[in-house]
Amino acid sequence: MDVRSQISMVFHLDKCIGCHTCSIACKNIWTDRKGAEYMWWNNVETKPGTGYPGKWEDQDIYKGGWEKDGDSIKLKGAGKPKSLTNIFHNPHMPVIDDYYEPFTYKYLDLIESAAGDVQPTARPISMITGEPMDIKMGPNWDDDLSGSPDYARNDPNLKKLSPAEQEAMFEMERMAFFYLPRICNHCLNPACVAACPSGAIYKRGEDGVVLINQDVCRGWRMCVTACPYKKTYYNWSTGKSEKCILCYPRIETGQAPACMHSCVGRIRYLGVMLYDADQIEAVASADEVDVVRRQMEMILDPFDPDVIAAAKANGVADSTIDSAQKSPTYKFVKEWNLALPLHPEFRTLPMLFYVPPLLPVMASVTDVDHTEQSRKINPVGKHWPDSWLYDTTTEELFGTIDDSRFPLEYMASLFSAGDTTAVADRIKKLMAVRLHRRQETVGDVKENTVAEALADTHLTPEVADAIYYLTSLATFDDRFVIPAAHREQAIEMIEFTGDTKGATGFGFMAGSAQRGA
Amino acid sequence: MNALNVFLFVAFPYVAVVVFVVGVTYRYRKKGFTVTSLSSQFLEGKQLFWGTIPFHFGILVVFFGHLVAFMFPRATLAWNSVPIRLIILEVTAFIFGVLLLIGLVGLLIRRLSHGRIRAVTTKTDIAIELLLLAQVVLGCWIAVGYRWGSSWFAADLTPYLWSLGTFTPETAAVYALPWPIKLHIVGAFAILLLVPFTRLVHFIVAPFHYVVRPYQQVIWNWNRRSIRDPGTPWTEVRPKSS
Ligand code: SF4
Ligand code: SF4
Repeated sequence: MDVRSQISMVFHLDKCIGCHTCSIACKNIWTDRKGAEYMWWNNVETKPGTGYPGKWEDQDIYKGGWEKDGDSIKLKGAGKPKSLTNIFHNPHMPVIDDYYEPFTYKYLDLIESAAGDVQPTARPISMITGEPMDIKMGPNWDDDLSGSPDYARNDPNLKKLSPAEQEAMFEMERMAFFYLPRICNHCLNPACVAACPSGAIYKRGEDGVVLINQDVCRGWRMCVTACPYKKTYYNWSTGKSEKCILCYPRIETGQAPACMHSCVGRIRYLGVMLYDADQIEAVASADEVDVVRRQMEMILDPFDPDVIAAAKANGVADSTIDSAQKSPTYKFVKEWNLALPLHPEFRTLPMLFYVPPLLPVMASVTDVDHTEQSRKINPVGKHWPDSWLYDTTTEELFGTIDDSRFPLEYMASLFSAGDTTAVADRIKKLMAVRLHRRQETVGDVKENTVAEALADTHLTPEVADAIYYLTSLATFDDRFVIPAAHREQAIEMIEFTGDTKGATGFGFMAGSAQRGA
Repeated sequence: MNALNVFLFVAFPYVAVVVFVVGVTYRYRKKGFTVTSLSSQFLEGKQLFWGTIPFHFGILVVFFGHLVAFMFPRATLAWNSVPIRLIILEVTAFIFGVLLLIGLVGLLIRRLSHGRIRAVTTKTDIAIELLLLAQVVLGCWIAVGYRWGSSWFAADLTPYLWSLGTFTPETAAVYALPWPIKLHIVGAFAILLLVPFTRLVHFIVAPFHYVVRPYQQVIWNWNRRSIRDPGTPWTEVRPKSS
């Protein structure tokens, strides 16, 4: 057992309001630079939708991630020898048009144009060439299902659904969507690291953050192809690749990453998980249906004395073990089994987990007669032809799951490599918690219904309350449990403090190491 | 005339090599951030294919061809002693030379005609590409006009280059060469001299070590096994940091 600690994340999708505050917080701090303007280390997508870059989930196009190769795995579009043979021209590399051409407006024209008969306009110009351009695409052009024929209809996850099911999803009355915020998953088996010919990308041993050393990156671009989530980006101006750094300067000083700190919906949780690094290879090469389950098994119980002893022997700090015991992500992912990784079939073992959204799935739509209602309302609304009602009643307990507005296959294609029971289990739990709380606060649900629901999902009222607390009431410190970075120990081991002990005044110390963008 | 010859074929090569070595080392060690291939595939990927592939494969073969004649002159001459083998060698080299030429012209056209690529083009990019172009044109011309290059390179130029290496310059043979070849030699050293100042520097960091490296890389800030050993703070052993 090789116990290591990993900073992991949970995003609770039911709570995301799609405001993009997270993306803006990140952009303002890290990517508001030439060559990086098109990068959104954090982006929020509407699902169903094609996302950013367009259809990134379709690995027939982008060749990202790992694929099974006998008993082991290999990189799909990079690796040995492809990272070297394709070095002059990488056939699987996305180009800027797959993202969007970054643009701005000539705002000064509004102020400085000569007086004339027509209002001056601020024309859009390309941030690459500076030439006027027609804006064709942006990073969230498909927000809230806009342009559905072009975007939502082409969602790669729909491939698994029958044409009839797809039609049903896009019936105007049944249309539903949810938001999927994405950052780098800081994977346990990162494809970006494996694909880099220069060895510039690495995982930090202490907390598992995946970083690109900007001094070592040579712009070979293989990580862009290899990351199945398209979360490494090529800076066209500096000729170096960049990616989400999980705000490590903030984490090291005990602050939450900017996207998480600013999250309006408070959907984000961050904490330490201990895992067994010896299992990485075996888990990543497991059969597709087993990957999720085995990834969960890799995560270790931070209260188990054996785990603690092995962690200590491996140099995991006591404060880190303590954080692991308080970790909200451990609770969501392992203790309560409520969260799932995004596209586990890419086999990178992502450490960002999602609590699947309950509302769009559970809410069914029922045909109701509301002649009476329409009599009461304003004549303008009177001819509202809609006889559908968004129904969240739960007469049949979990009956609505199977005929929900989002087919379970769709959710399973996103979160569990097609295993619908894994998704259904989690959704049922969320539903049971909801029933339990409804009974506590409103009281219109029968007691035995609640008891049945809880028993069905192996929850106790206490656990249900704990889930409810961490979901709805959690404070900042509950959501972000950040272990001390212990850089002081790092410094002690790199620069022998004894060397300067007893010295006075200004010595000739080498400058500190530079890291990252 | 002789002063010029001495400058071009004795002084200049030394200057070029020294600048190359010092410049590349300095840039690699101190300005690692600027050492990159500066790939523009992200901005334009289709036209690039028709330039970069013939260019890179062409230059690799041509470069290693020169290198072989320089390192193993006797073997080269022995190989060339059979006419058919000589022809095969020369024709192959020439084909790759032409590929290199085609690729370079393609890259130049793309660089100048494509708006997005122009946005990431500097004056030194253009200058070094023009210098390379002149060098390649000269090379192709020499291959056709002054046959057979592989033989006289091994016989005349290799001793000259080695003599430079041993600090006992023997230049008589070089002085007697026709001017296109002389120009080609000077061009070669000029390119070498400019490597540390241009995008060409990326060939120095060709990532061959990838072949032997394990896929995953984890870097620790400290030696995790000995961090809890009370003895370590007072030992002289310092683990390699990131
Ligand atoms: S999400 Fe992509 S960039 Fe991030 S660690 Fe995984 S493979 Fe690398
Ligand atoms: S800030 Fe939070 S709620 Fe808003 S889009 Fe981002 S993740 Fe969703």
